[in-house]
Amino acid sequence: MCGEVCVVVETLRGKVTDITFVMLAGGRRLADGLQTKLTALLLGQDVQKYTRELGAADRVVCIEHDCLAEFNPEAYLRVATAVFEQHKPRVVLLGHTATGTDLACGLARRLRAPIVTGCRTFSVDNGTAHYSALICGGKLIATGPLPEPTCLATMMSGGYKADEGRGTRTPAVETLSPPTALDPLRTNFKQYIEPPTGDVDIAKEAILVSVGRGIQNKDNIALAEELAAALGGAVSGSRPVIDQEWLPTTRLVGKSGKQVKPKLYLALGISGAPEHAEGMREAELIVAINRDPKAPIYGFAHYGAAVDVLELVPKLTAALRKA
Amino acid sequence: MDIVVLMKFVPDLVEDLEIDAATGLLDRTFLRLIPNELDEHALEEALLLKERCGGVVTVLTLDFGDVDEALFTAIAKGADRAIKLTGEGFDQGPSNQRIAGAFSQALGDLRFDLILTGTQAVDDLDGFVGALVADRLGLPYVGYVTKVTPADAGLVVQKEYPGGLNAELAVTGPAVLGIQAAEKPPRYVVTSKVMEAMRTRKIEEIAIGEVTTEVEVPVSAMALPESGSHAEMLEGDAQQVAEKIVTLLRERGIVA
Repeated sequence: MCGEVCVVVETLRGKVTDITFVMLAGGRRLADGLQTKLTALLLGQDVQKYTRELGAADRVVCIEHDCLAEFNPEAYLRVATAVFEQHKPRVVLLGHTATGTDLACGLARRLRAPIVTGCRTFSVDNGTAHYSALICGGKLIATGPLPEPTCLATMMSGGYKADEGRGTRTPAVETLSPPTALDPLRTNFKQYIEPPTGDVDIAKEAILVSVGRGIQNKDNIALAEELAAALGGAVSGSRPVIDQEWLPTTRLVGKSGKQVKPKLYLALGISGAPEHAEGMREAELIVAINRDPKAPIYGFAHYGAAVDVLELVPKLTAALRKA
Repeated sequence: MDIVVLMKFVPDLVEDLEIDAATGLLDRTFLRLIPNELDEHALEEALLLKERCGGVVTVLTLDFGDVDEALFTAIAKGADRAIKLTGEGFDQGPSNQRIAGAFSQALGDLRFDLILTGTQAVDDLDGFVGALVADRLGLPYVGYVTKVTPADAGLVVQKEYPGGLNAELAVTGPAVLGIQAAEKPPRYVVTSKVMEAMRTRKIEEIAIGEVTTEVEVPVSAMALPESGSHAEMLEGDAQQVAEKIVTLLRERGIVA
């Protein structure tokens, strides 16, 4: 692993997550550009079954232990630190996710390495590796070199497609026991709490009317409901709307909510931050309404209109009812 | 339970961001700064915990300029103490390593059972403040937290995963938690209460000198994405746009 590019694999409830394949796609580019190898580090218990999906890597290093069976920030951090202190990789990629962001900073500090968060793409130019990160809700792109000798980066989706990181080769697999003690721990996994059921499953709806901060208040949700009814779809929302309890958590679209792929995604007053884009950019048709003509959502919507949402929605509902 | 809430100020994204032609980086001259939204959730979670089990809530921020109003607002909401760290060097971006260094320095002299902050901030580029502070202080860290419950041997925290799934983790404190969302929306406080706090309460100050960091993330350039580059924009007033959308949906067979 010394001088190599390493991807910290993420699994959740028996599945390798999509961001892992995005990281493998990014990692492959870096490794090829730097003329080094790509290693996938897979922590968990009973993880051999995942290795055949990780063929984009040259090698998979598995570390298995009871304490790693479910994600535990403290246990994972201890093990990853011990592995990387020994092998000194050139670049370590982690997901810009609930698991990756718990590890990234502690790991970087222990390896005395800088960390760049929110990376979407990488490039190698004359032997120098560069990052491109999206910050400020998608309103700013930052670029720069990934400092030597070791640098960490958290990756979000949007730069590479997960399919680019799904390899068909069979990687070399090495299984190790944890190179450090995992007892005692101050953090322990207790249980999963299942998502609430009983509400409409927005991932199965063909038409979504999705509301963001621009809907302004809870009362205006009714306008979106009427529009959804006229279209034969359901109402979903972005994070601020859910956090304000204007819609239940089951309606959340984005990184922490549902991934949706409807025939029509009508985005009302949604700015299009990367966390939201992650959940809906694969929709067949995205029509975005946001008064800010510079809103990041216009960077990936198919159609847009910079008009007032509250003015448009009743008119659109009326026009559809007439149609 | 004594709780310290770490509050960072970030660019208000409602305003247009500009690139400084000389440096190629974000122009901070006229940047309006507001408290990081998830830090407001962290404050709310701290106040909910205080209501349930007592203790002192202290809000800690760095002197980014115009931060007093936000601190008085925190007091008006129920925070017991508000402390502003004064020093130099922490407002140069990317800055989370410096900010975390400054917070850690001040936290060495404060009593706490728990540290809460937003799990992320919109302008993060060189790490996350909570996670960096946790490692500096040698404390456990859990991010993406949506609920904190005191338990016999410490805390039970709820951590959010995609798709509405959550995990429960038991954490022995003191610990640092990155809050993704408070259990309730952050409370609203009327202006008169903020004014009253301004009249009757004081913001404490701690001087921390110059803040440096050993690890820097080099930024060669910043750029504004060409946001209009993809979407075909429908022109006209609301009525005209509504009609254009209906035509579009008809053409595609989405509506009859």
